[in-house]
Amino acid sequence: MDFAEPDELAAHRAAAREWADANVRPEWVAEQLRSGCHQTPELHALFARDGLLAAGWAPEYGGGDVSPGFAQAVFEECTRRGLHFDGWSTTTMVIRTIEHVGTEEQKRAYIPAALRGELLAALGYSEPDSGSDVAAARTTAVRDGDGWVIDGQKMFTSTAQVCSHVFVLARTDPDAAKHKGLSLFLVPTGVPGYERRPIHTLGGQVTNATFYTGVRVPGSALIGGVNDGWNVMKVALVYERGVGNPGTMRKGLAGKLGAWASATRRPDGSRVLDDPSAAERIGRMAVDEEVSRLLGLWMNWRAAKGGVPGVEGTMSKLFYSEASQRHYSDALDILGAAGVLAPDAPGAPAGGAFERDFRAAVVTTIYGGASEVLRDVIAERHLGLPRNRPGKGGP
Amino acid sequence: MNLDLTDDQEALRATLRDFFGKESPPEAVRAAEPLGFDASLWRKAVGLGLPSIAVPAERGGGGAGSVELALAAEAAGWSVAPVPLVEAAVANDLLVSLPRAAVPEPLAARAVAGDLAATVALRPADGDVARLVPAGAVADLVIALRGEELLAVEAAGGTRGAVPNLGSMPNLGSMPVADRRLDEGEATVLATGADALAAHGRAVLHWRLLTAAALAGVAAKALGLGLGYVAHRRAFGTLIGSFQTVQHRLADDATALEGARLLAYEAAWARNAGLPEADALAEMAFLFASETAFRTASDSLHFHGGYGYTLEYDIQLYFRRAKAWPLLAGDRAAAYAALARRLYGRPYGTGRDDASEGRPGPATDTEG
Ligand SMILES: Cc1cc2nc3c(=O)[nH]c(=O)nc-3n(C[C@H](O)[C@H](O)[C@H](O)COP(=O)(O)OP(=O)(O)OC[C@H]3O[C@@H](n4cnc5c(N)ncnc54)[C@H](O)[C@@H]3O)c2cc1C
Repeated sequence: MDFAEPDELAAHRAAAREWADANVRPEWVAEQLRSGCHQTPELHALFARDGLLAAGWAPEYGGGDVSPGFAQAVFEECTRRGLHFDGWSTTTMVIRTIEHVGTEEQKRAYIPAALRGELLAALGYSEPDSGSDVAAARTTAVRDGDGWVIDGQKMFTSTAQVCSHVFVLARTDPDAAKHKGLSLFLVPTGVPGYERRPIHTLGGQVTNATFYTGVRVPGSALIGGVNDGWNVMKVALVYERGVGNPGTMRKGLAGKLGAWASATRRPDGSRVLDDPSAAERIGRMAVDEEVSRLLGLWMNWRAAKGGVPGVEGTMSKLFYSEASQRHYSDALDILGAAGVLAPDAPGAPAGGAFERDFRAAVVTTIYGGASEVLRDVIAERHLGLPRNRPGKGGP
Repeated sequence: MNLDLTDDQEALRATLRDFFGKESPPEAVRAAEPLGFDASLWRKAVGLGLPSIAVPAERGGGGAGSVELALAAEAAGWSVAPVPLVEAAVANDLLVSLPRAAVPEPLAARAVAGDLAATVALRPADGDVARLVPAGAVADLVIALRGEELLAVEAAGGTRGAVPNLGSMPNLGSMPVADRRLDEGEATVLATGADALAAHGRAVLHWRLLTAAALAGVAAKALGLGLGYVAHRRAFGTLIGSFQTVQHRLADDATALEGARLLAYEAAWARNAGLPEADALAEMAFLFASETAFRTASDSLHFHGGYGYTLEYDIQLYFRRAKAWPLLAGDRAAAYAALARRLYGRPYGTGRDDASEGRPGPATDTEG
């Protein structure tokens, strides 16, 4: 056994910092906070200009020769500076899916466009009446000559503000069993019948409801087979959960809070870290963070060995999201009254980072597979317990 | 990075599972109560060289590493084997890691060979008495910190100097713990002053690391017992294992088990590689495995319903030990706090970690 994690990006970090110094504008962070849109078009254009989006892709689909390690290091550096690019993450999931299930023509059209930064795709799976039970989608797509007509509504279509497309899950056979009548479409935004309304969240992120009223798309918009959407979703979900990101916990709340507690004194002169109850909670955070890191490594290790990303990813996501919610709640308690101060408020401990991250942690147990759904998956697939929900093909 | 056991380690793991599965079935565990010691199983474990598996070969041990030792502890925990494997391994490691001049060679050699069962008292002695020593009721040799001295005391004439602590019921974990007098028998000073404190601190952390591995084994078996039960018991016309509450608690336990196991192995790997973070990882592994084993055993017992409370079902064997084993090292809350201070504040392992040490200074934040 060897738990030493090779730092494959180490060689690229300095160059990535230089790239960010030369290109990243601090006002973009403020703009993302203000607009709540987790994708900045100017930044994305620069990623495209310097070939960062095309890194690691095959030349026939528009791939370039920038090292994927460098691209990854730049993305990490931008994340470190407080920028999100969720729209690129969802686009990556979509083009990876197209690479697996698309026609050659689709691959040659959509993938290069995405790598040039021109195509950005949001995910349109959830609906007003279905989220966890994603296969219950009611949006319809009906054949119309060579193309399709789409009608329905999607909820939480994140970053659609700036996306050129939405990857829409639609029902193509209303008479088939629930999982058997679905298909996926890459629907352009800004076409007649498409409408978007903002949804504001308590984390500051602004996501969207998107509406489709008689939206016509060509046959080439259908990704994968007709009524084979559930299998396409399985590919897409592997990319969603498989994008193994132990880094989510590597933000190192314990370290940040520990440093704060070590440097900060209470009015009676005692360090916060000398308060046994505060120290105990910080110690728990450190342990949970290490466990999260290991579960993330475990998932990546299994995936790298060619295993199907399976229950490891589910466990990892369940553990870190549940743990980080506990931790941020404890962190605010330890900060005391100042814990309520928002980022940039005068006197906010650590510039309000704890308050901001407390808000952000709330949604982590809901999206990307709600905790209850993940526990069901572990119970069935890992522990072999009987399925507790109505079976597939049910109503 | 490589998160798999080597082929040799896998083979060892299978051998250990076989051995403990065959030699320490629940009937044997029950038969060894209340004392919690099975002399014949201990002879067999010694015969396999388990308590000195990680002692260098030139000192008479098995020459394996910390991961192999952790695997042995895990297998013993998995079958709640009534043998002081963890204690003897910690003591043997301590004896051979001290400067040779400080330890009479026959003492180390007899311990490593298994002629003497040795243990380490986890807390500094209270006067001449080491309190609640793990394996204290059965060990021939106790290593204890008395003041600034690290002593090895060999019990005289088979009396063991043990003060029995059995009440009307066995102790919670049916463990052979006992108070040991340090002024009876033959005492050797192994180290003094800072060296003594440091050596004792290392041994206690080693005990925590191996106990973490043992508790990962306890958690694994407790989960298995729970799963076995809920897959057959019916209520309201259906299997209780199909109820979501039952499933979800077991899913959380299964997730924590993976974490506990990985963390115990990581801590063993780090100790073997002599990494600076090894001590913190050992502490983390201990804390996480303690919580995981107890929660899993307690969920599993709960899902047995009333039968879980009876002595007839095996889950109680695991439940009691999951609580009792780690308790010998004291209150976890204090250990978490000490860990945080070690990582983010003052140096750790000095043996003093009360809050009063924080010297007052200028306040940098009024609210705190
Ligand atoms: C900020 C944000 C961004 C998002 N971005 C996107 C996006 O870009 N694209 C997209 O398609 N979707 C997106 N989502 C939607 C997200 O995927 C869903 O919110 C999620 O799948 C949960 O679905 P739901 O909200 O309909 O809740 P529901 O499915 O109605 O669940 C409600 C509650 O019931 C519980 N529950 C559900 N099923 C079970 C069960 N079988 N057993 C026990 N309990 C159960 C859930 O755990 C939850 O606590 C986003 C959501 C948010 C909040």
